[in-house]
Amino acid sequence: MDRHSLPRSEAVGLEALRVNARVVRALGMRSIRQTFRRPQLMAPIVVFPTLLLAIQTGGAGGAVNLPGFPPVQSFLQFMLAGAMMQSLMLAGNSGGIALAVDIEMGFTDRLFSAPIPRYTIVLGRLAGTAALGLFGSLWFLAIGLIFGAHIESGFTGALIAIALVTATATAVGGIGAAIALRTGSASVVQGLFPLVLVVLFLSSAFFPNELMIQPAKAIAEYNPLSFVVEGIRGPIISGVDATELGEAVLAIAGIVVLGLLLSARALRHRLRVG
Amino acid sequence: MESAVALPQWRANLATIAALMARAKNELLRVPGAAIPGVLAPTIFFLGLNGVFGALTQLKGFSTGTYESYIVPVSMLQGAGFTGAAAGVNLARDIEQGWVDRLLVSPAPRWVLLAGTVLAASARALIPATFVFVIALLLGAGWPGIDGLLVTYVMVAAMAAVAACWGSGLALRFKSQSAAPLMQSGMMALVLMTTAYAPLALLQPWMRSVAEVNPVTHVIDAARQGFLGGVSWAETWPGIVALIGLLVVLGVWALREMRRTAV
Repeated sequence: MDRHSLPRSEAVGLEALRVNARVVRALGMRSIRQTFRRPQLMAPIVVFPTLLLAIQTGGAGGAVNLPGFPPVQSFLQFMLAGAMMQSLMLAGNSGGIALAVDIEMGFTDRLFSAPIPRYTIVLGRLAGTAALGLFGSLWFLAIGLIFGAHIESGFTGALIAIALVTATATAVGGIGAAIALRTGSASVVQGLFPLVLVVLFLSSAFFPNELMIQPAKAIAEYNPLSFVVEGIRGPIISGVDATELGEAVLAIAGIVVLGLLLSARALRHRLRVG
Repeated sequence: MESAVALPQWRANLATIAALMARAKNELLRVPGAAIPGVLAPTIFFLGLNGVFGALTQLKGFSTGTYESYIVPVSMLQGAGFTGAAAGVNLARDIEQGWVDRLLVSPAPRWVLLAGTVLAASARALIPATFVFVIALLLGAGWPGIDGLLVTYVMVAAMAAVAACWGSGLALRFKSQSAAPLMQSGMMALVLMTTAYAPLALLQPWMRSVAEVNPVTHVIDAARQGFLGGVSWAETWPGIVALIGLLVVLGVWALREMRRTAV
């Protein structure tokens, strides 16, 4: 059945959906181009996590000999998930900064006055962040493979890791967008950069939870990012574990819901204050 | 007719350096928030690395039982690196806004303009270093002794000068704040691709090779000695030589970039 044979209301609905998808795609592409054109936005997503991955792998690689360290092929293999997490968190933060810059420069006001639903403005930014998350996951998997790390659960495991990283980037991007919409200040969102590092250090992104020292260990145990990281790491260092995967998906869903709620409230606030 | 109040050249140079340092200090006092990232970043790294990699001391070959003592000089030097790189970012901002053009048409020699930026960074680096040091002491890091602390502070101030030369050189070359990631990542690599996380014998072979030729390894060893035991001249002089070497190389390069910068 083609579009012309649908009832009028459904056809109008489909047409609107198609237009909105085009808006989201256009804004998403703009967001990606913006990131690739500005080294300040690109560096946190690729340069810093890659550098830190190299430094931590080379400097703390002996950790695999510690009693209690999970069996891994190499410390690089263990660290890949942490590097991806760092990259996606900073992609979310960079997306927030770029949205705040748009607000400061009046670009968002022009979008608000355009005949498009307001949610597409946020979705467009998130689509860009998702694409950057996807890029980050591919980048670090490629680095891992080039430097000899194995993906223990093969192609399927790699796909799962990529999907989890992309979904988490989108979820974290939602929180970044909410803060940008609420404050409208790039410097405030940029100020969250250290906080991103704190949240990461207080998770099992860089070391097994059992070997961390208190109080970091206790906090990491309940940090939702630890569940996401274990979900990404599992297919890389051992195999796909349904429980780990389920916990990761639940944690991501939680972050998505939080991001959506905060974004919706912040969007209403932005429309009210202009 | 020569002015009766004309200053000798050296005094005029000193006055210019002091004025540039005062400007940097004013920036800090008027926008206190601007100093927060420079203080927060090394503190977060200190707390994070300590919480995450603290168990590394269980490995055979570690000369200390507490990772706090091992990592605190690294975080202090990292703070110096961040502060120096920030001086480069600020210089790039001044170039973008035309402030440097005004300095360049002044009669002040180029090296004086560079010295103002570099010395201001050295002084400013003592703030994050002190903050990290106090936090480390509260968490149980060993007291390095007055001599150990003095050596560490000298290393921190000189490392900030090295970082400021690096940042200024890049700012003058690219004339844009877009070079900021290069300034920061360069310093991060220089400070951390050393014995920062673990002793030389415990590093991965490729990292060991890098650390062996990285002059900052000597700087870290010198800054760290008081925290791990006593201070000796044998551990101190290689750090001093490394810093002098880095300052000469990067200082000359930054000065060359400044001389090439036309109004």
